[in-house]
Amino acid sequence: MYSEEEKKRIEQEYREWKEKVYKRNFEKLPPRLERFSTVSDMEVPELSTPADIAGLDYDRDLGFPGCYPFTRGVQPTMYRGRLWTMRQFAGFGTCFDTNKRYKFLLENGQTGLSVAFHYPTLMGYDSDHPRSRGEVGKCGVAIDSLEDMEVLFDGIPLDKVTTSMTINGPASVLLAMYIAVAEKQGVRQDQIGGTIQNDILKEYIAQKSWIFPPEPSMRLIVNTVEYCTKHVPKWNTISISGYHIREAGSTAVQELAFTIADGIGYVQACTDAGLNVDDFAKRLSYFFNAHIDFFEEIAKYRAARRMWAKIMKNRFKAQKEESLKLRFHTQTAGCTLTAQQPFNNVVRTTIEAMAAVLGGTQSLHTNSMDETLALPTEQAVTVALRTQQIIAEESGIANVIDPLAGSYFVEYLTNKMEEEAFRYIEKIDNMGGIIKAIEAGYPQREISDTAYHYQKQLEKGEKVVVGVNKYVMKEDLKIPLLKIGEEVEEAQRERLRRLRQKRDNNKVQKCLKDLKGAASTNENLMYYILDCVKAYTTLGEIMGALREVFGEYKDPGII
Amino acid sequence: MGKIVRILMAKPGLDGHDRGVKVVARALRDAGFEVIYTGLHQTPEMIVNTAIQEDVDCIGLSVMSGAHNVLMPAVVNLLREKGADDIIVFGGGIIPDDDFEFLYKNGVKKLFTPGTSIEEIVNWVRENVKPH
Repeated sequence: MYSEEEKKRIEQEYREWKEKVYKRNFEKLPPRLERFSTVSDMEVPELSTPADIAGLDYDRDLGFPGCYPFTRGVQPTMYRGRLWTMRQFAGFGTCFDTNKRYKFLLENGQTGLSVAFHYPTLMGYDSDHPRSRGEVGKCGVAIDSLEDMEVLFDGIPLDKVTTSMTINGPASVLLAMYIAVAEKQGVRQDQIGGTIQNDILKEYIAQKSWIFPPEPSMRLIVNTVEYCTKHVPKWNTISISGYHIREAGSTAVQELAFTIADGIGYVQACTDAGLNVDDFAKRLSYFFNAHIDFFEEIAKYRAARRMWAKIMKNRFKAQKEESLKLRFHTQTAGCTLTAQQPFNNVVRTTIEAMAAVLGGTQSLHTNSMDETLALPTEQAVTVALRTQQIIAEESGIANVIDPLAGSYFVEYLTNKMEEEAFRYIEKIDNMGGIIKAIEAGYPQREISDTAYHYQKQLEKGEKVVVGVNKYVMKEDLKIPLLKIGEEVEEAQRERLRRLRQKRDNNKVQKCLKDLKGAASTNENLMYYILDCVKAYTTLGEIMGALREVFGEYKDPGII
Repeated sequence: MGKIVRILMAKPGLDGHDRGVKVVARALRDAGFEVIYTGLHQTPEMIVNTAIQEDVDCIGLSVMSGAHNVLMPAVVNLLREKGADDIIVFGGGIIPDDDFEFLYKNGVKKLFTPGTSIEEIVNWVRENVKPH
C-alpha cells in the first residue's frame, strides 16, 4: 500500500511523535495501565500507522467481497442482500416444552432454529439410563427417539425453516431422525437445510462431550459427509467450532488456530476416504466465539476467512470458488457473562454481537442476560433477539460491507492473528496432525494454561470484569429463572417405557444387529442408522451397539 | 512438618465443562495442597471410591449442568454409607440461590458460584479442612 520510502518516512515521524509528544504527555500523569493488551493478553500498540500495513496488497490480501481471499466477506452483497440468520440456541425440558419455545421464537422474527440437546443425548444415553439421573431436560431438550423428534418439530415446516443441531458424538443419529421427520412431513431429504455440529475434534480439545475414540468418531463423520454429499445436498455437514475452545479458556489466536487445524483434519480425513474436495467442501462451515475484545474478534473473523481460502486452495487444491469460502456462525461469549449485576450482560452481548456483524458472520446467537444462572427465560431471550434486530435495522452497521477494512489497526491485527495462528498450525502439522496433537494433550494443555493465566490476571486486577473484581456492589436483585423440575425426567422415562412396549421390537433387534455387523466393516453406517431410527430404535440403543464395537473414550484428565 | 490437606476435585455426571474445576485444582495445588483430579464423567460411586482409595480430606464437586440437586447429595450419602463421612464435601458451578438450602441440608458444606475468586476458595479450604 505504501512504498518503502513512504514507510520509512512514516516510521520516522511516528518515532518522533512518540518520543516528543506522546511520552511527554505522560510526564504529569502516567498511563492508566503498565501494559495494554487484549483480553487474550496480546499486547497492542497505542497507535497503528500506515507503516504497520505498508506491505498490504489490496488485491492479494483483501480483495472484494465474495472474491478471493474473502477477507472482506464471502457474499458479494453481504447484509445488503440478506441479513445474517438470527438463530437462538434453544432446548430444555421435554420435546413438548421446546417445541413451544421454537414457535415463540419463530413468531418473534427469528429466522432459523438451533437445537440444544440435554446431556444424555449429547453423550449417547437414553433418559432412563442410570447415568442420566438428574440430567434429563436440564441443559437442553431430551431426545431419545424419533417419536420425540416428531414432537419437537410438530407444526414447523422443515422445507421452510433451517435447523442447526448442536450434536457431535451421535450426530449421525440426530441427522437420521431429522431426515425421517422431514419425510413424515412430506419433505424430501434433498429439500431440507440445516447443520449438524458433528465436530468431534473440538470435543476432545474443549467441549468434552464424546463417546468413541478418535478413529471411529472420524469414520462416523466421514460417513455423514459422504451421505449428505450424495443425498442431502443442502445440509451443512460439519460446523467446525472454535466457540467451545474459546469458552474453555483459549486466546483468540488459539481459537483460530485449533479450529482451523480441526478443519484441516476433517478435509484430510474425507479426501483420504476418497471423497473429492470440491464435492463436500462447500458444506463445511465454521462456528466462532464473539468475545468481549472488540477489535481482536473482528480481526479474528477476517483472518479466518483469508486463512481458510489459502488452505483450501493451496493445501487441498480445491478448484471451485465455493470450496474456498469460510462461512460461519457466531455466538456471543457465555464466559464473559456474569452472575453479578446480570443486566450488564445485555451490554456485553451487544458489543460482542456488533463485532460478529462487523466481522461478517452468516448467522448469530446472542446470549441472554440470565444464562450464568440458568437456561434463559422467554423475556431474557427476547431481549437477546431484539439486540440483533437493533444492530441489524437501527444501527446502520449492516449497511456497509466490511466497514473497518483499511483501518491501520484492524488490518495490522488481522495480519498478526493470521501469522500467529499459522505458527500454531505448523507446530500441529509437525506433531503429525491434529489427532496426534490431541492424543499428546497439546491443545488441551495450551488452553488450560491460558485459562489459569487469565484467572490469575483477574485476581491481581490486571484484567477487569465489571461487577466481579471492580465496581462490585451489594445487590439484592432477583431475576426470574427458568426451572426444570424432576417431573421432566419422570415423564421422559414413561414415554420411553411406552415406546419400548408399542414398537416392533423384533425389527429393532434386527436393525441393531445389522448396524453392529456393518460397524466392523468399511460400510457407510448412515444407511443402517436410518433404518434403526425409522424403527424407533432409541438413541441410547444405537450408540450402545456402536460402543460395543468401537469402545469408549475416557478423559485423560489433563489439568 | 504437619500433614498436607489432600483434596479430590471431581466432575460428577455427564457435564463436560471443566474450565472451572481445572482452574480451581491448579490454584489449590499452587496454594500448597495435594490435589487429585478425577477427570470428567464420573458417577458418584467412582468419586467416592477414588476419595477413599486416595484417603482425601475433602472433595470439591463441580457441576454446571443443573444436575447438582441429584449428584451432590448422592456423593454425600455414599460417603456416609461407606463410613467415610469425615470427608468434607464442597461444591461449585451454576447453582441458583434457591438450591443452596437444600444442598446444605443434604450435607454439602460450602458452595461457590461464578465470579468467586480463587483466593476465597483457598482461604475457605485452609480454615475448614484439616488433614486427618
